[in-house]
Amino acid sequence: MSRSARGDRVLPTYRDACNHGWVPVYRDEGVVLRTTPLAEADRIVTVLTRRTGRVRAVAKGVRRTSSRFGARLEPGTYVDLQLHEGRSLDTVTQADILSPYGAVIAGDYSRHTASAVMLETAERLTGEERQPAMRLFLLLVGGLRTLAQSERAPGLVLDAFLLRALAVSGYAMALQACARCGAQGHHQAFSVSAGGVVCPQCRPHGAASMSLAAVRLLSDLLTGDWAAADASEVRTRREAGGCVAAYLQWHLEYGLRALPHLERV
Amino acid sequence: MYEGIVQDLIDELGRLPGIGPKSAQRIAFHLLSADPADVRRLAATLNEIKDKVRFCRLCFNVAQAELCRICSDQRRDPEQICVVEESKDVIAIERTREFRGRYHVLGGAINPIGGIGPDDLHIRELIARLADGTVTELILATDPNTEGEVTASYLARQIAPMGVKVTRLASGLPMGGDLEWADEVTLGRAFEGRRVVA
Ligand SMILES: [Zn+2]
Ligand SMILES: [Zn+2]
Repeated sequence: MSRSARGDRVLPTYRDACNHGWVPVYRDEGVVLRTTPLAEADRIVTVLTRRTGRVRAVAKGVRRTSSRFGARLEPGTYVDLQLHEGRSLDTVTQADILSPYGAVIAGDYSRHTASAVMLETAERLTGEERQPAMRLFLLLVGGLRTLAQSERAPGLVLDAFLLRALAVSGYAMALQACARCGAQGHHQAFSVSAGGVVCPQCRPHGAASMSLAAVRLLSDLLTGDWAAADASEVRTRREAGGCVAAYLQWHLEYGLRALPHLERV
Repeated sequence: MYEGIVQDLIDELGRLPGIGPKSAQRIAFHLLSADPADVRRLAATLNEIKDKVRFCRLCFNVAQAELCRICSDQRRDPEQICVVEESKDVIAIERTREFRGRYHVLGGAINPIGGIGPDDLHIRELIARLADGTVTELILATDPNTEGEVTASYLARQIAPMGVKVTRLASGLPMGGDLEWADEVTLGRAFEGRRVVA
């Protein structure tokens, strides 16, 4: 497979019989974020693509059990797509599975709830359609792959994804230095509104106390020190996870629907 | 925009699943030009549906009495329960004539992004039905798509410790589809070839 061929607009490709104009067709790879039923047997699929950013497209007839697309357009699936550009919605004309992460993860309920939070976060962090978000796309593929491999605790994989996804979207959590004044040190207070840990001088009203171990874990997850993160204790994970959830909700205008259903084990 | 009551009708129709603004308009104008007797019959049925149809106290299938037709039928095997998402799936499975047990209608499938968790479905009631030990096999016939698979894996995990055999329809049903679209032969085969999951 040649990467360079992907995502390039292969327009114009064929003539539109009705308009006698060129019909734009493009190819890209992406992760299916969400599907919504449309009419009798169709679905609208929302996909985070490698090059085009987030797109919404109609998948015709996929709910019929005879559909050739079927499983290829389920949430969490990493697919190679050919899309036909439309006025308001694109149409999927071809789909091939690169990795069926969603189907693998569906067999494990806690992993599935973690993947649902990832997919919804990816959708919410890509504010506008068709704005390329390649780093977020790569993080999402990596996060789903790790969840599907079942080697790491799903909560840790999710928190690492969320911290990094927020960072590439411009909301990096301050962990090494005070979020307000920049003073280096092992600060033990956390303020969502300030953007991370805060020193005793800057500590605003309502900042939460935090254990050093939890700050350490957040920093290991952000930088990818998995050996240290895997060795963390359950209560530290819970503390760090609560902090990531609060931070995420602060940066999104309204709450994530999947978060209350997250099963932390 | 149309005047008053015509627009109201279009708006009401447009709130139905699978009906967009254009279809709503088409149906509205069809009703306006249709035989008054036909329209009155439709209106009467719509009224009746809310008065007379309710959900079975035991399995949540649509019913005209406290118990649905299947739950009140003594010839149905009380040892097997087939779990489905919606009442329309009961009809699809009944068409296969492959199953002689009883049903449990969950009222949907787990979908965290859609805000639907296990507590939003009739899962607690299902577990209560298993308590007296009559049921020996639970057949998971949720849709062969991600939501259906997640719901099945959640149920298998919750029910495994209760000592009831849990089976899932065979993978002959292609992934991504809705159960209601499966033909009788494929669905019947999926039933015969069900595999034990817990
Ligand atoms: Zn400070
Ligand atoms: Zn019943």
